[in-house]
Amino acid sequence: MKRKDFLYLSGMGLGALMLPDLSAFGTPIDAMQALDGVDAKFKKELADVALNAAKSKGATYADIRIGRYLNQFVATREKRIQGIANTESYGVGIRVLANGCWGFAATNNVTKEDVAKAAELAVSVAKANSKIGAEPVQLAPQKGYGEVSWKTPIEINAFEVPVKEKVDLLLQVNDIAMQNGASFVNSVIFAVNEQKYFASTDGSYIDQDVHRIYPSFNVTRIDRQSGKFQTRNALSSPMGMGYEYLNARPQDKVAGIVTRYKGRYDMLEDVKSAALNASEKVKAKSVEPGKYDLILDPSHLWLTIHESVGHPTELDRVLGYEANYAGTSFLTLDKWESKKFQFGSNKVNVVADKTQVGSLGAVGYDDEGVKCKKWDIIKDGVLVNYQAIRDQAHIIGLEESQGCCYAQGWDDVQFQRMANISLQPGKEKLSVDNMIKNVEKGIYIIGNGSFSIDQQRYNFQFGGQTFYEVKDGKIVGMLNDVAYQSNTREFWNSCSAICDESDYRLGGSFNDGKGQPAQSSAVSHGSSTTRFDGVNVINTARKI
Amino acid sequence: MAILSKEEAQAILKKVLSYSKADACEVTLTGSDGGNIRYARNAVSTAGQISIMNLAVDSTFGKKTGTATINEFDDLSLQKVVKRAEELAMLAPENPEYMPPLGPQTFPESPTFNPKTAAINPDVRAEMVGKSLAVSKAASLEAAGFLENSTRFSSMMNSNGLFAYNKGTDVSFSVTIRNKEGTGSGYIEKSYNDLDKMDVLALSKIAATKATGSAGAKAIEPGKYTVILEPLAASDMLDNMFRGFDARSADEGRSFMSKSGGGTRLGEQLFSENVNIYSDPMNAEVPSATWSRDGLALKKTQWVEKGVVKNLSYSRYWAAQKGVQPVPFNRSIVFEGGTQTLDELIKSTEKGILVTRFWYIRSVDPQTLLLTGLTRDGTFYIENGEIKFPIKNFRFNESPVIMLNNVEALGKPVRTGSGMVPPMKIRDFTFTSLSDAV
Repeated sequence: MKRKDFLYLSGMGLGALMLPDLSAFGTPIDAMQALDGVDAKFKKELADVALNAAKSKGATYADIRIGRYLNQFVATREKRIQGIANTESYGVGIRVLANGCWGFAATNNVTKEDVAKAAELAVSVAKANSKIGAEPVQLAPQKGYGEVSWKTPIEINAFEVPVKEKVDLLLQVNDIAMQNGASFVNSVIFAVNEQKYFASTDGSYIDQDVHRIYPSFNVTRIDRQSGKFQTRNALSSPMGMGYEYLNARPQDKVAGIVTRYKGRYDMLEDVKSAALNASEKVKAKSVEPGKYDLILDPSHLWLTIHESVGHPTELDRVLGYEANYAGTSFLTLDKWESKKFQFGSNKVNVVADKTQVGSLGAVGYDDEGVKCKKWDIIKDGVLVNYQAIRDQAHIIGLEESQGCCYAQGWDDVQFQRMANISLQPGKEKLSVDNMIKNVEKGIYIIGNGSFSIDQQRYNFQFGGQTFYEVKDGKIVGMLNDVAYQSNTREFWNSCSAICDESDYRLGGSFNDGKGQPAQSSAVSHGSSTTRFDGVNVINTARKI
Repeated sequence: MAILSKEEAQAILKKVLSYSKADACEVTLTGSDGGNIRYARNAVSTAGQISIMNLAVDSTFGKKTGTATINEFDDLSLQKVVKRAEELAMLAPENPEYMPPLGPQTFPESPTFNPKTAAINPDVRAEMVGKSLAVSKAASLEAAGFLENSTRFSSMMNSNGLFAYNKGTDVSFSVTIRNKEGTGSGYIEKSYNDLDKMDVLALSKIAATKATGSAGAKAIEPGKYTVILEPLAASDMLDNMFRGFDARSADEGRSFMSKSGGGTRLGEQLFSENVNIYSDPMNAEVPSATWSRDGLALKKTQWVEKGVVKNLSYSRYWAAQKGVQPVPFNRSIVFEGGTQTLDELIKSTEKGILVTRFWYIRSVDPQTLLLTGLTRDGTFYIENGEIKFPIKNFRFNESPVIMLNNVEALGKPVRTGSGMVPPMKIRDFTFTSLSDAV
């Protein structure tokens, strides 16, 4: 899914959820057709044609991705269905190395003749660029795996669940919201299936079937008299799962001031809470700006981890490859080389993990044929590693890639993307209730809201969905107009407690943007509830 | 194959409609052909060439619509896609907001196509990027940039006799140039329909000058300052505001255009008197197709006049509900200004801050359109009409609505993104914290 189209579709910020230009997502197809995969034998033959064509024109390395990308959107508002679409995008992308330079070409004419032509075009693009002085590419060695396959371990394929079942669920969600005081409600279910075939001149032929799902809603409460309105979004998370994510189970519910969810989600329960929360928010008191201890729920903290830990440890940003768009990073190589750069307090342990079951970033192999793995990024607060791909591995002394390469579609070139980056739970037993008991003046934040961070990932500002004032160890009421501003290193060094693994949950982004042309990727971030001391909170209320 | 002429597109669309058995049918055919080069660390990093064409069919029985698309164009495939849309329509629930397709319309041709831009090939792109790299290398600076061009066509036809076609070209370029120490950074971006307007060499020199000039930035206290926003910075703030010119959200009470107690702010003085904004698809500097996706003609539309909101956009459905004419939105925005150059605006400033651009702007509160974000790639302190020294980047928390109530002066508009935007002098712009980022 293209990021800008996703943002358009899910652009609830100004109110109405709009339907996308379907052509931008690919070809709408009916559900049954979506289930037929493309024959593996045909894909292997096609791959060999492309790889041979590239080599015969002078490529020293080539890879081909034959991709079939399926999306399903079901979008509703109040009592009405806004749109149902099944889309397909099918085609081939070929990347080559020639004269030490990358070239890429893509075609949606999936025939041997057109694929060979695209391979030749990719070589001519590489050669044209090598004339203006490219930095010669050094690829980390990668063994060929032969013919292998991988599939997201789903229980229920979302594309096999009848559309009517999804529509009925969403209309029921909307009905509950309206009965509980909502003025408006939008709800959606997005399902994604990437059928990706990768082959390279290293001798890999990798067939993968990747599934993701994202149910969500947005409830708005309007107070006509004052002209004020408040919203509360779903506390669901996009997941690397099938439709089973929507089959709620008691053991996945986390009780507290509002119920939160682990590996399964209860959309009907959450929307009722959301409608009540939105009404409470209209009446909640405006925050007094100042320093507070923050207690951040995983449904909120994932985004802070994403922006302030995930992005600055991406090696392409560190090296300057993103300087013209997403930016660079304050975590320069000298800080890593020193082996003692204190990124956070000694309670902070962060891992990168492309294998975590249920996560958005889990695949068997990345988009340049590297088997996925797990590694440390921050150990006892110290920066110990980055996230790298094949042509960057040598820069940080690695003998093989960490498997972070991804392209959003067959017609986009693959490049370094974020692995699942997660904060490890506290090693000592600690519940949320016990954490709150020790806080004198704090704010407990649930759900992610507004977010902004500078291009080197120092200064950030985050909002949330609901904010609770904590006084002398007790939650005393709801607050409004809260945003916290901090500096990444100061913030992570102020981390004073992390709840244990019984509170660990995943959050995530369905559409993380990077690159030019911009590409979207999906990534999860796990954490337990975490405390940060003395963080600057501002009041965001204004009058116009 | 990807770029069809008006006649070629019309022939395919007519053929598709001839297969339709639905009460109403609308067919859209689009294609694009283009390429790009991305570079960083003074060398090309990735590059590509992509060509695509797509056909979409909306079939409707009563108020039940189904959509299907295909990217194969033989007769059998065209018949199949129509049949599939009709099958989906039969299965679809009724859409109470369905509007029947419009009848024949007249759409003037706008100057969106330029043959020279359409002729750009990988060698032309490489040569252009070579010029940009020469600037950074000669000055011992480091460049990261992106050059992209495309030729696109879009066309639609419906069973009520409407036909529309547009062919256009775009070339866009952006570059960030930084010093080797990482203490200075400059940026510029431009988009045009016409390749001749794109001077990659001159643009790269501006970014290089900013990179050198922004090194050694001093920290000054956050607070309220008079700012001079370069057109790019101004446009960054305004993009978020234009999305709110939607009548339905305003009527529903969930936009900054909503009025307390109900209704919208249409007709209200919402901005300073020197704010005048319109859109015009025929504008030679920012041309666009002259029809919207729902088949309405895009015409010159005044959105704000002397600070008063003159129009909100109405979809056909919402217009019918409210008993008004539909008003489609158009991205060819012209924010009118004066004749002053950026330098003249600086000269007239006793104390202030010059902002090259903003970054990572996000909505904080949709009720007031409060935005947060940061300055980036060249922020300077102005005193007694002169740039005195570079300053460290700031985070701001500001609403464009408040900002456009504090307009001191507007300079000469230039093309920025898909619109025309002037440099702006704004008083009391709110910076809330400092950033160490360069």
